[in-house]
Amino acid sequence: MENFTQAATVESVTCPFCGLLCDDLAVDRDAAGSLNVSKNGCQKSVTFFGRLPRAPSPRIAGKPAELKDAIAKAAEILDNANLPLIAGLGTEVQGMRAVMSLADKSGATLDHMNSNGFMRNIQVVQNSGWQITTLTEVRNRVDLLVVVGTDILSVFPRFFERVVWNKESMFGQDTSTREVVYLGGRDIDTSAGIAPDGRKPDVLPCDLDRMPDVIAALRALVSGKKLQATEVAGIETANLEKLAERLKAAKYSVVVWASAPLNFPHAELTVQNITELVKTLNNTTRSSGLPLGGIEGDMNANQVCTWISGYPMRTSYARAYPEHDPIHFSTDRLLASGEADALFWVSSFNPDRTPPTTSLPTVVFGHPDMKLEKEPDVFIPVGMPGADHKGIMFRTDNVVSLPLVQLRSSTLPSLGEVLTAIEQAL
Amino acid sequence: MLIKLTGGRVYDPAHGIDGKIMDIHVRDGRIVERPRNGERIEQEYNLSGKVVMAGAIDMHTHIGGGKVNIARTLLPEDHRMDPVAHTDLRRAGCGHAVPSTLTTGYRYAEMGYTAGFEPAVLPMNARQAHLEMGDVPIIDKGGYVMLGSDDLLLRMMAARKDQNAINDYVAWTINASQAMGIKVVNAGGISAFKFNQRMLDLDEQNPYYQVTPREVLQRLSRAVHELGVPHPLHIHGNNLGVPGNVETTLNTMGGVEGYPIHLTHIQFHSYGTEGDRKFSSGAARIAEAINKNKHVSADVGQILFGQTVTASGDNMAQHRNHAAGSPHKWVCMDIECDAGCGVVPFKYKDQNFVNALQWAIGLEIFLLVDDPWRIFLTTDHPNGAPFTSYPHLIKLLTDKTFRNEMFSRISPDAQAMSTLGSIEREYTLYEIAIMTRAGAAKLVGLHDRGHLGSGAAADITVYTDDADREKMFAKPDYVFKDGELVVRNGSVVKVTWGATHAVKPEFDRAIEKEIAKYYDTYHTVRMEHVKVTDQHIADDGRGHVQVQECKGRRERTA
Repeated sequence: MENFTQAATVESVTCPFCGLLCDDLAVDRDAAGSLNVSKNGCQKSVTFFGRLPRAPSPRIAGKPAELKDAIAKAAEILDNANLPLIAGLGTEVQGMRAVMSLADKSGATLDHMNSNGFMRNIQVVQNSGWQITTLTEVRNRVDLLVVVGTDILSVFPRFFERVVWNKESMFGQDTSTREVVYLGGRDIDTSAGIAPDGRKPDVLPCDLDRMPDVIAALRALVSGKKLQATEVAGIETANLEKLAERLKAAKYSVVVWASAPLNFPHAELTVQNITELVKTLNNTTRSSGLPLGGIEGDMNANQVCTWISGYPMRTSYARAYPEHDPIHFSTDRLLASGEADALFWVSSFNPDRTPPTTSLPTVVFGHPDMKLEKEPDVFIPVGMPGADHKGIMFRTDNVVSLPLVQLRSSTLPSLGEVLTAIEQAL
Repeated sequence: MLIKLTGGRVYDPAHGIDGKIMDIHVRDGRIVERPRNGERIEQEYNLSGKVVMAGAIDMHTHIGGGKVNIARTLLPEDHRMDPVAHTDLRRAGCGHAVPSTLTTGYRYAEMGYTAGFEPAVLPMNARQAHLEMGDVPIIDKGGYVMLGSDDLLLRMMAARKDQNAINDYVAWTINASQAMGIKVVNAGGISAFKFNQRMLDLDEQNPYYQVTPREVLQRLSRAVHELGVPHPLHIHGNNLGVPGNVETTLNTMGGVEGYPIHLTHIQFHSYGTEGDRKFSSGAARIAEAINKNKHVSADVGQILFGQTVTASGDNMAQHRNHAAGSPHKWVCMDIECDAGCGVVPFKYKDQNFVNALQWAIGLEIFLLVDDPWRIFLTTDHPNGAPFTSYPHLIKLLTDKTFRNEMFSRISPDAQAMSTLGSIEREYTLYEIAIMTRAGAAKLVGLHDRGHLGSGAAADITVYTDDADREKMFAKPDYVFKDGELVVRNGSVVKVTWGATHAVKPEFDRAIEKEIAKYYDTYHTVRMEHVKVTDQHIADDGRGHVQVQECKGRRERTA
């Protein structure tokens, strides 16, 4: 058993704060349990690991309370609810398993805090499927990277370092010759796309809400259609034609998107145009999509919910068997319509992801630093997976999962422990 | 705690027992010869008139891992047709083609199955496969880990590394993935697809490594044998679904220098090119070759008509075949320079010539292979049909009248291309017990399962004899798992958590240095994080690893 009261440096630590799950960090711990990333850090890992260890008391109606009383109160709220909503779901795999068990027992509905973006991807899979790849494939094969509507950098700080401008690759490719194209968005930070030799990426900017036009045009061009228009959303058609030709000529192009910034009505259709153009490219060459996710445990929530219930997020146990509806069971809708009558919110990685404002009875299982605008009925601080306790986390590509280790001793319970106790109290 | 099962008609092929009336005693989860002197029998079941077998073992069923969860995601409409509400005892879920994990465990147990083996565990996805199987209750689990299109093996082969190095890497992978054996899928082909090759024949070179599938199969079948892994190399052949692939399959049997191999879902690899439509049955040639080649075993991968979904590591074949899918939506993935996956829904139709002939080809193979110890009852769940159709398949094999009636209903053109109607054979209960119990346990390497001898785990299924074998096998009277009554009258009465079976072949630990360096140079995770530990499997208190014996490393090559 590791002695957590001694200062130490822990090597090969997995960082759970973005979907890359870099597992090469070194983290220094002092005797008080403060953590400091000393190797392979990024802005995110330094901030998140760097929060001071705290173990505030649980609260009932704003007053400090014993954990067992907070659990009893939470169980009472759950018992009294007809349609409880368990949302947020910022947790790791074992925490999510406990969520599933509690939801089944209590007839709850489940939604993740990132679902508004993520469900755009799920709807595409449910409607037409897709052809996608994983990070090690990108690292060793990509020759043309098309980045749609995101800088990647602000979501995944080490993406380019780890899978684009990596020095060595399996198949003898000179990685510095890789080509990067940013398609869509305005004032995007494209600095990460500059090659080691200073070669700049190509940038084709447009307003994000014009992405549907641009992506549809590109898909049409890849499919061999001719466009009459000379420009689309301010991008010259000739430039889109050039991009289509490059995609067709590339040996292993990768088209990256993040679904959250594509925040306009029916953005799933734009995602689908991306994935269908990738499918078309694969009639003659190789190309893959790479959706970015894995933030706040959204992959964990979807994976675990899918194997246990048969469905991804936005699944309800209200009728004793799981039902899934990507629109009906959204947090926003269930709260706005007044159908949900109690909110249970989970955010164990990030104190800033607070629950939506509601007048419903609310129980928050949160990061100890969470500052809430409105005091919930019950607040139970829980340990942060990968620092206060161990866990398992799925990466952005939905394939690789990594073990999270405990880095310090903590008196905070894990989410799983709290939820299991609530389930037993029902 | 001593239980006595009294007076049942016992089929225990591992001990040559063919329908003998006898008693079975179970103490603390294990079968014992007889009670100790004066030992009290705490519970007795009168099984007079009942049929008693060991719990059934599905040696090839896709029940855990990334592609299974993708298949679930792809087909919400299929789940909606089969909702499963929770009870006081069981948790909720859903069923049909790819049931949720909990429903999978309940339904297997309710059919008298007590173990299932996931045949396509990717090393890079092994943790997920075990997590999913960790949420499959009652039955025992395990998996075969995929090699053969992974960069490291092909790289080692291209560098002409000696067999000892290959053996060490294979053993390391089995240990890291907590597997029962090695599976190879479209040897080298998944890799070739990433270099934009669309077919790879047995003697065709991978475009990058200049290595042929035949060489991959030789290296891996030899490694498995020399490591003493009981389960022979589990081969999903090249050219799945391609008319004419019967030649590839026959060449594969002859191409491994006599090392033991298992050819999986062989129905999909037994197609000729005769007839107007250039699609014909290769079953007779395949069966003849299996009968002759004692180092070869196979499971059938029977298709049955209806909606299902195919989930495979063979993204080259799945991409090639996606246009035939229904509903028309599909997922293909390249995975970690390690493997791939492809998920394509299929609706097999009895009036579709190709589907109907596939159905007949599978049954022909079952009936023409002489030795039930070397042919296994699978639908390659869910690829040929969901596992819940096994009782129907057993009826097709045991009841010629029923089979011929079904045969008369399929596409007439397919009937004209099949000899099925003229095959007289009916499988006996003893043969069914071999295929689904004794033979399966022996093939997988489960030394204490699949039989009813003293010392065996008390995984026991009791049926009411019924001439309608579908009815009989769909609803056992009793199922005991490790001595506990878990199913009565076809319904779960107790939820337990089975073991995860694994083998741990020895290897030279020095290879870890090379593998670690390789991961640090080329991959996006560290080697240590690829490993699935015993603790990962036991962590939530629901499962544990049961290590099955490896015979020990055989003579190493100079």
